[in-house]
Amino acid sequence: MAVEVSTRETYGKTLIELGKRNPNIIVLDADLSPSTMTHFFAQEFPQRFFDCGLEEQNMIGIAAGLAASGKTVFASTFAIFASCRCFDQLRICLSQMGLNVKIVATHGGITVGEDGTSHQAIEDLALYCALPGFTVIVPADAIEAAQAVKVAADTYGPFYIRLSRPKTPLVYQENYHFALGKAITMRQGRDVTIIAMGIMVAKALEASDTLARQEIDCRVVNVPTLKPLDEEAIVKAASETRAIVVAEEHLAHGGLGSRVAQVVARQKPVSMEFVNLKDKYALSGKADELLQRYGLTAKDIEQAVRTVTKRAQGSL
Amino acid sequence: MPNHKASYESTPEANIFGFSMAELREMARRLRHHVVSMTATAGSGHPGGSLSAADIITTLYFKVMRHNPKNPQWAHRDRFILSKGHAAPVLYAALAESGYLPVPELSTLRKLDSRLQGHTDRNLTPGVEMSAGSLGMGLSFGIGVALAAKLDGRNYRTYVLLSDGECDEGQTWEAALSAAHFKLDNLTAIVDCNKIQLSGWTRDIMNLEPLNQKWQAFGWHTIDIDGHDFDQILAALQEARNTTNKPTVVIAHTVKGKGVSFMENNVKFHGKAPTPEEAEKALKELE
Repeated sequence: MAVEVSTRETYGKTLIELGKRNPNIIVLDADLSPSTMTHFFAQEFPQRFFDCGLEEQNMIGIAAGLAASGKTVFASTFAIFASCRCFDQLRICLSQMGLNVKIVATHGGITVGEDGTSHQAIEDLALYCALPGFTVIVPADAIEAAQAVKVAADTYGPFYIRLSRPKTPLVYQENYHFALGKAITMRQGRDVTIIAMGIMVAKALEASDTLARQEIDCRVVNVPTLKPLDEEAIVKAASETRAIVVAEEHLAHGGLGSRVAQVVARQKPVSMEFVNLKDKYALSGKADELLQRYGLTAKDIEQAVRTVTKRAQGSL
Repeated sequence: MPNHKASYESTPEANIFGFSMAELREMARRLRHHVVSMTATAGSGHPGGSLSAADIITTLYFKVMRHNPKNPQWAHRDRFILSKGHAAPVLYAALAESGYLPVPELSTLRKLDSRLQGHTDRNLTPGVEMSAGSLGMGLSFGIGVALAAKLDGRNYRTYVLLSDGECDEGQTWEAALSAAHFKLDNLTAIVDCNKIQLSGWTRDIMNLEPLNQKWQAFGWHTIDIDGHDFDQILAALQEARNTTNKPTVVIAHTVKGKGVSFMENNVKFHGKAPTPEEAEKALKELE
């Protein structure tokens, strides 16, 4: 069993490191700092932390005003409120104006669990990817999360980084190097490529182990940066393997699957399958129960690989 | 909040247009003339709410604010944020008359490739602090700008102009709560209270009264004025500067379409440009 580490706790600690290095960093939160873990920064740098209360729309505007005045702003809340609650503010204040604000949202996806539909951000990536100028990142583990947060701090422009509520298994070693906009081939393979992001990367690796025993040779590619997308890596996968499966903790429309399909359709059409939450909200339950119920397990990826393999071979 | 003692670094860049009352009146007339002619040429736009704000904007740009049209990014400039982004024509007119833009450029309003967009765009127009147009966002943006002043120990002031209709937006009240919470005495909101929104009188569409008491209850210092009286505008902005520990809102009672007889209090001219005939008549009145 892999070591499990919390991406949001890693975020909170990384912010302190960044705060020490750069006095220009300001952190905002919307009454969730003990959960988003920005409270570490608040304790260390009380003068550079502002709790905006339950005012997400206002928080985005304040972030924009600070950024327009030369600050590098991190603003955090749960992914559902950071996307659906303040979309027009994101559009005008961050996307249109192109300001230097980093939205780091925790509790993304259905793994938020028992809080249920109202708290499960599963359309956030579609919304953020639709905004011109935004960089959108979903780290696969805490090691990648820490590096992505640092890169965001050092790169001008609006960013969205989605983190999880539960601890998640490490898929990287400490010597891993995150490069913005680059996909990472986690495992080489010739038959099918599994493209995944976030918590689905660990599941893709697990699926590829099982499939290897059944003599299906899977390539596993982690795409932490949804936007801008590493088109080259996708075209390479489409050229060198016969089919592609995309796995994501998101609704069917507008997320990683849609984005990869757009590249594949234009540049190198191959058969594809999609492991996602389809077009339906999930209910309350434990994270693992929900992943099983709504089809986001290694077994679901294996099934998708078998389906797409048959189709690619012309037997479906 | 760090308790920086504000240290205004006086520099030759600080440019205050110290207009006399007569000069302010004349400038406001010119801005109104531009508003009518720009929107008529464009064939669309929002003349009513631009005309109601003309005296307030004239006072800020030509008397009160420290700013330098030759250096729009001057770090110590006072900031003017137009939250009611549809009043862009009157802001563009003030920016042109104070030297940020060539005056003839005003006739490009709303045309393809113009720097003068239908609603303000920070990245296209020199002197524009914020892209706006979707109502209710400017006060939040102003809070960020005012917080930055405190953090950096700068004593520039931040002015945000809102419409009364805009006070329907929930975000305006989120911002009102938090500006008072953060004790932003370097922030002044001005509500251009012209009593008319797109589809009718505010009292009929969505009643805002008692507006003064609402802001007061949210923790603001409030001042009601006649928004077309330069003495009152100046006195209110001075009172705002002298108010410590809380933000000030100036509720400026204005007339929509002010300065053109047939546009005054006429809901039709909220978001509709004058026809060429109407414009001709209006421009004569504004000679």
